[in-house]
Amino acid sequence: MAGQKGWKRSMWIAFFLLPSFVGLLIFTFIPIFSSLGLTLYQWDLLTPPQFVGLDNFTKLFGDPTFWESLTHTLFFIAGYIPLVMVLALGVALLLNRKLPGIAIFRTAFFIPVVSAWVAVALIWQWLLNPQYGLFNYMLSFIGIKGPAWLFDPQWAMPAIILTSVWKDIGFVMVMYLAGLQGIPQEYGDAASIDGASSWQRFRYITLPLLSPTTFFALTISLINSFQVFDQVWIMTGGGPAGATTVLVEQIVKNAFSYSNMGYAAAISWVLFIIVFSVTLFQTRFQKRWVTYD
Amino acid sequence: MIREAPDVSRSSTSTGENLAGGKVRSITWSGVLRTVLLYGVLTACALFMIVPFLWMISTSLKPQAFVLVSPPQFVPNPATLDSYRQLAELFPVGRLFINSLFVALVTTAGQLIVSSMAAYAFARMEFRGRNALFVVYLATLMIPFQVTITPLFIVMRLLNWIDTYQGLILPGVFTTFGTFLMRQFFLTLPKELEEAAYLDGASPFTIFSRIILPLSKPALATLAVFSFMGSWNAFLWPLFTSHNIDVMTLPVGLATLHGRYLTQWNLVMAGAVITIVPMAIFFLLVQKYFVQGIATSGLKG
Repeated sequence: MAGQKGWKRSMWIAFFLLPSFVGLLIFTFIPIFSSLGLTLYQWDLLTPPQFVGLDNFTKLFGDPTFWESLTHTLFFIAGYIPLVMVLALGVALLLNRKLPGIAIFRTAFFIPVVSAWVAVALIWQWLLNPQYGLFNYMLSFIGIKGPAWLFDPQWAMPAIILTSVWKDIGFVMVMYLAGLQGIPQEYGDAASIDGASSWQRFRYITLPLLSPTTFFALTISLINSFQVFDQVWIMTGGGPAGATTVLVEQIVKNAFSYSNMGYAAAISWVLFIIVFSVTLFQTRFQKRWVTYD
Repeated sequence: MIREAPDVSRSSTSTGENLAGGKVRSITWSGVLRTVLLYGVLTACALFMIVPFLWMISTSLKPQAFVLVSPPQFVPNPATLDSYRQLAELFPVGRLFINSLFVALVTTAGQLIVSSMAAYAFARMEFRGRNALFVVYLATLMIPFQVTITPLFIVMRLLNWIDTYQGLILPGVFTTFGTFLMRQFFLTLPKELEEAAYLDGASPFTIFSRIILPLSKPALATLAVFSFMGSWNAFLWPLFTSHNIDVMTLPVGLATLHGRYLTQWNLVMAGAVITIVPMAIFFLLVQKYFVQGIATSGLKG
């Protein structure tokens, strides 16, 4: 468009860019900045907002519910991340071969990924029903008396972790399958000729070559898992006795049920800072273990 | 059935065999044993993934009296569609289904149009501050939706848009991610085609709609599929903005249903079937775009 007159060019640029820009301004850019400003106010939406300075943050750091929700979010991550990464890699290794019917198995792992969290959470809540659910009944066949799961403060979070791992294995698996396709067969062949065992080939060839995939999947899963909400909201609502309360659930409760807009915004910024720092740390630290060709 | 996406070709075959330990394709007892063992493990894993869905369907087909029984009955006997009938009488599921479909379709269409237009400006037009603006777009990708949700909710209340379709739809239409995805794709297209059309006197809009968009079908399809899935399954934002049955979407309706008929699991599971099955069928039809989207960009709807 080099030859076009200045104003005509500007009109076309505005035509293409403005819809997106104006929409983002209203629904994303302004909310981000007002969210930051909101952290300095106390506002219940009914009376005029009151400027309180950094009170929301002082209150936050002294609030045991906030610390509990942070601890539970970290507990969730500590259980969920290793399980979903290792199991997804294991399944990807099993499925990365050309055998009749293999596509059906891949699809089986992928259906939970595309299902709505609300529906999945309800299915698992019913599966894990201590009295009438299928899960404890199955456990009884192998001689295990299952706990009360979502009704037991000790078992509620493990149950949510189990459900989340089940739902997301297929998601991480797809990334690993794509990573495995990128490994040239010659590497493994050469190692076999040199007498490497299958474990050695996995440990010293496959795993290092997959490290960019692992980094990518880990980063995305970590960001997602700090935002754990839907399953908690449906399965336990943060209970029993606050045993599964998490950060986003606290944001929602403060904005929605307690009409503490400023306080909700303050929690959301703490969440952002944590996610941002973890991602930054991971990116810095990746040189130690991620090998790019 | 995830066939196309990760290219299951020559290299994967032998990687697979290497990992299984055998290199030579001759039938040996240990080879047969390995294959049988592999299928056994895979079947066990697949059952673990599928049984919860079967349990959902089975429960939805049971009469009320057969739901809360111990030990649980896996195959419904007698099987009946009563739960679905009862659900339709107690709760306007048809309406929720239409709402979900409408919201998802409009969000998807809007996102495709808005994102690809902005992406075209970023990829092909030169203007002052373009790169700076693009960095701003990218930076917002890092900020979780939860940060904007409180002010967004306030904006919606000020506009009186709570419990309206526009309140549900519009925030999902304007995404920096869609713009980013489309821009990256446009950059891979050769410029020569456009230049020829430009010399023939075509307007930028003609070039965009007649040349660029038809060449961008794979990227548009990937964005469409994830936008549709994200909107159909969305819970957090609709939970804030749709309390009225007239605009409520299926996930929020399902949560409400669960709150109201707490122990009537046959009804709740019938609702879950209605929410999951259309998405599962949609997935089976377009799965290669799902797999590509996740593998290349970590999309999650």
